[in-house]
Amino acid sequence: MALYSEKVMDHFRNPRNVGVIENADGVGEVGNAKCGDIMKIYLKIENDTIVDVKFETFGCGSAIASSSMATELIKGKPVSEALSLTNKAVAEALDGLPAHKLHCSVLAEEAIKSALKDYYDKNGIEYDRGIFPDCESCGHCCEI
Amino acid sequence: MISDRYKSYKRIYADNAATTKMGKSAIDAMLPYMDGIYGNPSSLHSEGQKAAEALVNARERIAACLGCTAREITFTSGGSEADNQAIVSAARLGERKGKKHIISTAFEHHAVLHTLEKLKNQGFEITLLDVHENGLVSAAEVEQAIRPDTCLVTVMYANNEIGTVQPVSEIGAVCRERGVIFHTDAVQAVGHLCIDVQKQNIDMLSLSAHKFHGPKGIGVLCARKGILLSNLIEGGAQERGKRAGTENIPAIMGMAAALEEACANMDENAQRLTSLRDKLIDGLSQIPHSVLNGDAQKRLPGNVSFCFEGIEGESLLLLLDDKGVCASSGSACTSGSLDPSHVLLAIGRVHDIAHGSLRLSLSAENTDEEIEYIIKSVKEVVEYLRGISPIWRDLVSGKKEFIIK
Repeated sequence: MALYSEKVMDHFRNPRNVGVIENADGVGEVGNAKCGDIMKIYLKIENDTIVDVKFETFGCGSAIASSSMATELIKGKPVSEALSLTNKAVAEALDGLPAHKLHCSVLAEEAIKSALKDYYDKNGIEYDRGIFPDCESCGHCCEI
Repeated sequence: MISDRYKSYKRIYADNAATTKMGKSAIDAMLPYMDGIYGNPSSLHSEGQKAAEALVNARERIAACLGCTAREITFTSGGSEADNQAIVSAARLGERKGKKHIISTAFEHHAVLHTLEKLKNQGFEITLLDVHENGLVSAAEVEQAIRPDTCLVTVMYANNEIGTVQPVSEIGAVCRERGVIFHTDAVQAVGHLCIDVQKQNIDMLSLSAHKFHGPKGIGVLCARKGILLSNLIEGGAQERGKRAGTENIPAIMGMAAALEEACANMDENAQRLTSLRDKLIDGLSQIPHSVLNGDAQKRLPGNVSFCFEGIEGESLLLLLDDKGVCASSGSACTSGSLDPSHVLLAIGRVHDIAHGSLRLSLSAENTDEEIEYIIKSVKEVVEYLRGISPIWRDLVSGKKEFIIK
């Protein structure tokens, strides 16, 4: 069996929504170069809907594929739906990830949450802090 | 889908440090011992004795290539087993005399480092020498580290990731003078560099056949007469009682043929490879914010190792594979751990940079055209990946400072 599913390879080779949104309504960046992956998500939000999303990723094949898939899953969706996107949903949509690569899907979830939090903060929208766990809480790379 | 892409490009194999394609002479040497002469060399009947004769013959030919005697050759399952047995044997010998200090380097293969770690838990003290940014240790540094209770110095002949070649003869001389056993993991060097264990004062040497176009699963521990080996595998009188298990005659015959061929063509191959290597190094050096890992001169004829700032190694490898180039990396992600290569960290590359590594290891089959294609492909892929990397954006915009100038 190959390392990655065909879906992972497809999203890795032809990533959707790569790029930058100038004057984005929300920007989130998670991970660090030390542990080998950084994801940055840009959101354009209108009427509580994600009308556009772009990403930039430094990382392995599954990190790029996870970012691509995550952006596809939230594009055109209401903010509330994007907020409830789980890493599991990202991994499943990619037809699975190898066990030691699951953290890439976690990173994708965190990147989107971080961008949404930025959107809330910028617009002074009240929110329950509990829905935004600290990046550090996952502990997948901050040990280094 | 992967298979379609696989077909659409000519494949260029540049991962010979991982393993090599078997040579025809090695394959031809193996075949008769699979169907005709299949006896067990321990058997008394003619079929067995023919196999035993072949074994004697292979042992002598391999010894001749290494500058030792046939008795000093022990066949193993490969380089890792040879490394394990060499180190454990020297440790047991040292222990008896109350010597429990071992000197090695920070960038050895894990077959060495993990064995040393095990010994550490058994009360041995391990000194790992710094390999500096150029990936080289000096004999003087080894000498300074030797203590009255040192029982072993183990320093690899050539590094598997960055290809640097250590001053083995000088280290051997120092160890001989101080009466300390010297082992070298020569897995990457045998068949590629001129080796004479006697002249170079090497007490123990490990090698693996599949690194010089021989078969996988076979190797040698060469141990100087008088060094008593400890068994890792018990259960038979094979290999003078030091390594049980019916000898893998086909693989041993293939290894002997491959080693003879490699040694016969060594000078010619080394010259050709060095020129291809330097052309590849020149080409990749043109990529901005890239750095060659390891000394530019004192390296294996076929080894090229680079770090590229702002990208990650696994993505680079996967996209190169799509373009038909088989390469590897010291990158963490390929090995299932998040830590980058211990070799790159040992030469002082910081984590951020060590993640973006690429190793290309050439063989005599590679051509000038292939080198040009590899250079072009790596440039394209690095540029593409930097284009989608948030780190690269920060570096270019001046938000972060480049680590590789």
